[in-house]
Amino acid sequence: MSVKHMVKREYSGRAVVTVLGIFIILLTLTITCFLLIKGSATFVSHSHNIFEFLFSSNWKPDEMEGKGYVGAVIFIVGSILISLFALVIATPFSVASAIFMTEISKKLGRSLLQPAIELFVGIPSVIYGWVGLTVLVPFIARVFNLSYGYGVLAGSIVLAVMIFPTITSVTADAIRNVSPAYKEASYGLGSTRWQLISRVILPAAVPGILTGVILGLARAFGEALAVAMVIGKTQAFPKSIFSPTTNLTAEIATNMGNTVTGSEYNDALWSMALLLLIISFVFIFLIRIVGRKRTVK
Amino acid sequence: MNSQDTPANRTISTHKKARIADRTATGVLYGTAGFFLLLLAAITIYILVKGAIAYKPSMLSWGRDGIATEFFNTIYLVFLSLIFSVPIGVAAGIYMAEYAREGRLTQFLRMSIETLSSLPSIVVGLFGYLVFIVMTGSKWNLLAGSLAVSILNLPLITTTTEDALRSVPKSYREGGLGIGATHWETIRTVILPCAFPRIITGVILAAGRSFGEAAALLYTSGMNSDVNIHNWNIMSRSCILNPLRPADTLAVHIWALKTEGTQAGADQIADFSAAVLIIMVFLFSLGARFLSRVLERRMNGTESKRGK
Repeated sequence: MSVKHMVKREYSGRAVVTVLGIFIILLTLTITCFLLIKGSATFVSHSHNIFEFLFSSNWKPDEMEGKGYVGAVIFIVGSILISLFALVIATPFSVASAIFMTEISKKLGRSLLQPAIELFVGIPSVIYGWVGLTVLVPFIARVFNLSYGYGVLAGSIVLAVMIFPTITSVTADAIRNVSPAYKEASYGLGSTRWQLISRVILPAAVPGILTGVILGLARAFGEALAVAMVIGKTQAFPKSIFSPTTNLTAEIATNMGNTVTGSEYNDALWSMALLLLIISFVFIFLIRIVGRKRTVK
Repeated sequence: MNSQDTPANRTISTHKKARIADRTATGVLYGTAGFFLLLLAAITIYILVKGAIAYKPSMLSWGRDGIATEFFNTIYLVFLSLIFSVPIGVAAGIYMAEYAREGRLTQFLRMSIETLSSLPSIVVGLFGYLVFIVMTGSKWNLLAGSLAVSILNLPLITTTTEDALRSVPKSYREGGLGIGATHWETIRTVILPCAFPRIITGVILAAGRSFGEAAALLYTSGMNSDVNIHNWNIMSRSCILNPLRPADTLAVHIWALKTEGTQAGADQIADFSAAVLIIMVFLFSLGARFLSRVLERRMNGTESKRGK
């Protein structure tokens, strides 16, 4: 092979991989731009107020073309509520499992828990929704003596199971990265294992745990179908954790197909999608801040 | 009793307390871990048993009650999506690991990958709907669905490729360059083959994840399919191989049956579909694990390095 040929190949190979790398940037930018354009139509071409969208609960975008109301606060509150609630349920379990995998029994952790968590991650969200619908919803109705089990609690539990593996594996990584010197020092002072875990390892792993929690929150917030199947899809603020409500993703998933492109309703749904995108940007930003703190330490 | 309040006794009692707390905590942690293993086992067994109970021979047919079409659609769609995402993802991974210099462009690319991987799949679905359906003026089709799914598995493939290339020992690279190969040749003939097991594991994992994708497909590949299995004219809309026909995957099928299913026995068909889907997902997930071990062992000779 001639040197000229080799050089040519070097440059063309390099060019191809660079272009495809840049393609990913372009793809991300395109998605962001399209969502910005489509999502802002509610405010630009239908001249609604952003504050109406964010703070009003009057959601009647199909009332009369051009004269509807696009207050989405019920959906926003629904999304926030079930995600936070899921986090409250999942985090203690996740942290406990992560501690178990890393500090109590590494062997069981590697041979049983790690594979189990990998399988958990892979279970499709519709299957979680399906199990929620056939097991959890009737169960909640029976235990709490309700006519329907749909609602905030069912949605949160389903989400909690879904985000459990995410938080657990990130937390386990964080704990593994705690310097062994800390451990040795703690044992050297005569502490028990639990004292070591609760007073040394967990505080040292807080930034990592926080990253896991934010990742879990992001996943919970964007989850659509599993939640839509068990939340009850009722357009009202929840009165208690048992009452049905709705959220952003459920509304988009159910009604996108019933609306005409460019109509007020359709554009309002796009605004919701834009809001989801913005929120996922916020989560990425938060993770970066937490990560920076971790590297400074 | 004065004797109980000596400093020595106090130390002993705090020591005792600490030991009791330690035992309790250990017990609770074992309990939690056990609980989750049981939960996973219970969910899996429930799905499989429910599917087995619901099974009827007609469910294996290509007709309305059968899920053969959905099964085929799932595999076909994921296969097509990998055709798009594997070359792009692997190339971008090579760029990130080999050519990218720390700078604004690389940072931006990293952020883009992070953004893509954290996008809610329903948002990707809407984007796909807008670009591949509305803007091209076509109806729901399998190709649009596979493109949407490829956007979703692109970040995973890119990052696994990058990690795989970075984990190749430096000496391999130096060896390649040392005998006068160009950087590209070294990548192609030394580094890529070395990193291959990890990359293929990542691809299998991505495939397993994509089988269950539904939110991105509702408005791209649609919620039903109309296939005539005896029609082999690929230009025809009812031919099963035509990627431009509407196609519902197993996951979408479950969603449709459970939310707007009006046909008789919809629940049973959903139960059976869920069982089939979970078997597919688990097979791929376990397969990736198994394959990565075997390949790694072969690559490393007899001594397999575990851990990490």
